[in-house]
Amino acid sequence: MVDRALFFQRFGVAIAAVLLILFNLAFTPNFATSQTLAVNLSQICTIVIVGVGMTLVIATGGIDLSVGSLMAIAGALSPMFFTGALFPLPSLSIGITIGIIIPVVVAGIFGLFNGWLITSFKIQPIIATLVLFIAGRGIAQVSTNGDLQVFKVPEFQAIAIGRVLGVPFQVWIMLAIVSISAFVLHRTVFGKQVLAVGGNEEAARLSGIPVRRIKLLVYMICGMCSGVAGLMVIAMNSAADANLIGLGMELDAIAAVVVGGTLLAGGRATIVGTLLGALVIQLVRYTLLANGVPDPAALVVKAGLIVLAVWLQRQEQT
Amino acid sequence: MTDPLLSMKNISKSFGGVPALVHASLEVYPAEVMALVGQNGAGKSTMIKILNGAYARDAGTITFGGVQWTAGSPQQAQRSGISTIFQEINLIGYRSVAENIFLGREPRRGFGLLDWKKMNAEASALLSRFDVRVDVREPLDNFSTAIQQMVAIARAVSFHAKLVIMDEPTSSLDEAEVTVLLRTILQLKADGVAVIFVSHKLDELFQVCDRVTVMRDGRTVTTSNITDMTKLQLVASMLGRDLAEVKKKGATAFKESTGRVGDELLSATNIAIGHRVRDASINIRRGEIVGLAGLLGSGRTETARAIFAADRKSKGNIRFNGSSGNFSSPIEAIAAGMGYCSEDRKAQGIVPGMSVAENLTLALMPSLTRSGMLDETKQRQVVERFIKDIGIKCSGPDQKIRELSGGNQQKVLLARWLCMNPKLLILDEPTRGIDVGAKAEIQSLIRKLANDGLGVLMISSELEEIVEGASRVFVLREGRTVAEFDHRDISESEVMHAMAQGAEADVGPKLGVETRG
Repeated sequence: MVDRALFFQRFGVAIAAVLLILFNLAFTPNFATSQTLAVNLSQICTIVIVGVGMTLVIATGGIDLSVGSLMAIAGALSPMFFTGALFPLPSLSIGITIGIIIPVVVAGIFGLFNGWLITSFKIQPIIATLVLFIAGRGIAQVSTNGDLQVFKVPEFQAIAIGRVLGVPFQVWIMLAIVSISAFVLHRTVFGKQVLAVGGNEEAARLSGIPVRRIKLLVYMICGMCSGVAGLMVIAMNSAADANLIGLGMELDAIAAVVVGGTLLAGGRATIVGTLLGALVIQLVRYTLLANGVPDPAALVVKAGLIVLAVWLQRQEQT
Repeated sequence: MTDPLLSMKNISKSFGGVPALVHASLEVYPAEVMALVGQNGAGKSTMIKILNGAYARDAGTITFGGVQWTAGSPQQAQRSGISTIFQEINLIGYRSVAENIFLGREPRRGFGLLDWKKMNAEASALLSRFDVRVDVREPLDNFSTAIQQMVAIARAVSFHAKLVIMDEPTSSLDEAEVTVLLRTILQLKADGVAVIFVSHKLDELFQVCDRVTVMRDGRTVTTSNITDMTKLQLVASMLGRDLAEVKKKGATAFKESTGRVGDELLSATNIAIGHRVRDASINIRRGEIVGLAGLLGSGRTETARAIFAADRKSKGNIRFNGSSGNFSSPIEAIAAGMGYCSEDRKAQGIVPGMSVAENLTLALMPSLTRSGMLDETKQRQVVERFIKDIGIKCSGPDQKIRELSGGNQQKVLLARWLCMNPKLLILDEPTRGIDVGAKAEIQSLIRKLANDGLGVLMISSELEEIVEGASRVFVLREGRTVAEFDHRDISESEVMHAMAQGAEADVGPKLGVETRG
């Protein structure tokens, strides 16, 4: 029984993804078009990118509720640079470069702040990151005076909607982030130490693993991932609304991580699983919508998937 | 003599096939203080938890107040007159003292409103019986641990407890606070309440207890009037040693040392850590196995952890390998050449979800890199060498460590340090919970390592391991180094004597208590 649960936990999400694709190929009209592929992948890009950071945080046994607010901060800051609202631009390309780098760095610093609260004051991650979950969106709104920033800068918006080989550029960014982090998690010492901290923090500390530094880093990385996702949202919408960017993202990202098979207690994590988890949640919703089931009903199915994933996790622990 | 208040007969309990209690029996009379003593894992906690309803027993009978009795839950036990006070105080810190005492049964006026006046007055009256005079309206957190213990006791008494169980209540108190607590116990006794007192501090037992029950390996082995026993007899009974027994040779796999003892590797002087360790000093030379003996709660583990910088020491100086050894974290201690195997393999040793290879190289990994990446070829070589050299039985380096037996897990943890080429290895209970075969293998491995020049500090509750394995032994008692033995002087009875009484044979001051009607 436990073995079977373990099997489903490890490969269940991949099997589900394959089954959903086969089902749609057979029954959903126009499924096998590049248009459908692009739509579905674009829908999950931001969730997966935030989910990568979330996977690392959860791998250490933590959680980060502030990701949506950090997306809003990055998304609200960026247009101020590339539209020249703050200072005149020497050239558009410099403006865009600054408009990408600074928001991502700022989001990383806020992530570091999360890590600092957690490691220095031994605050539970769910409480510590609640601080920026609440305050972060406020910071984003204050820095834009609550205004909607509308812009039309195709050179910037290319990061989301430009196409390479017919695939949206944001999909390429997502795939790059997923492959790099999967490599870091499974092939580097840092990745092994992340998993060791989540697997048994005291054993890790007594083995000379710099637990504090590891935690600071994962929360910083999670912040930076949120920053990147925030930029993608505004590039797609050609507008930045601090009230809406990344709203509810923390729960979507956590759902993708859990459905993907990462252990919520920490110690075992899979980045590719998170990608597949987000894909399965999206495909279920798409399949239901494309076959005439209303969206509210699709949400119930999504909740059911999460319950199933958590149940599978419990089978292993007992 | 009157009938016993409590009588537990032939109690048995197993957890997943492992027996924790085997036909254990305990009788407590009204207004009696009964000491319950034994080593770690002797079954004291299980006994208490069965009595107060936290666990269900597999077999045996309990009568309380003359009737057959089974507690369904600690709450039910409390209502029937059995209150338990744990080491960790389970009250609510931010609520007032009075609220804590009356938690769940607050006096009320009409309309469901609380009668604060009555509650505060009754709380004050209760506490003043134990000479505790505090403002009962202040939050519990504002007071010291000792006062919080008193509040817990007052709460227990206010339930009209006939029997109060105290599980190591003094372990985090300072001397003055302990005196107050012991006086409270005598006050309870004077009021006709029976007390079961669990403590590892022998002085305290002799000050307040009337009788003592000794547990060992899940059995109750001795019950006697405490005045009929010496401290030494008590310790011998806990450890399962006959005082007349001569030292047996060859009870362990430790052979005589064949290596040469070198110059001084570590000296730790006057180490203090809070109330747990007050003045511990030990030194270790290269190529030497040094034993650290002491009863539970004597500060053995705390001292070892302070040397490894796993916990901060509040006082003392450490020299290691010719320079300062006052490290601020395990990272520094490891870099200087120390390794530490904790007594709790599961909680502080293995990372259960990781493989044998990952666990074995957990500390070494940072030096197994090629441009930031883990060099898995090198890692495999190291792991396979140790699997072969020290005989770790596993299906391969990729097997999950949680699937291994305790002995093989312990070998992996030893190898975690050995692959670092340490100068000093601190082993806290290296053979606890390990089958006989693996135990012998680990013991001969430790000897071989010392012969090759490694310094070893070994903590063990098994006397034969200390006596046969160590070239020198330090004995800790209540956080102080009380004796040091050289190899030729080491004998079980001498070590036990030191564990029980230390250098100076002292009996604590008698506590005064006024008897009330």
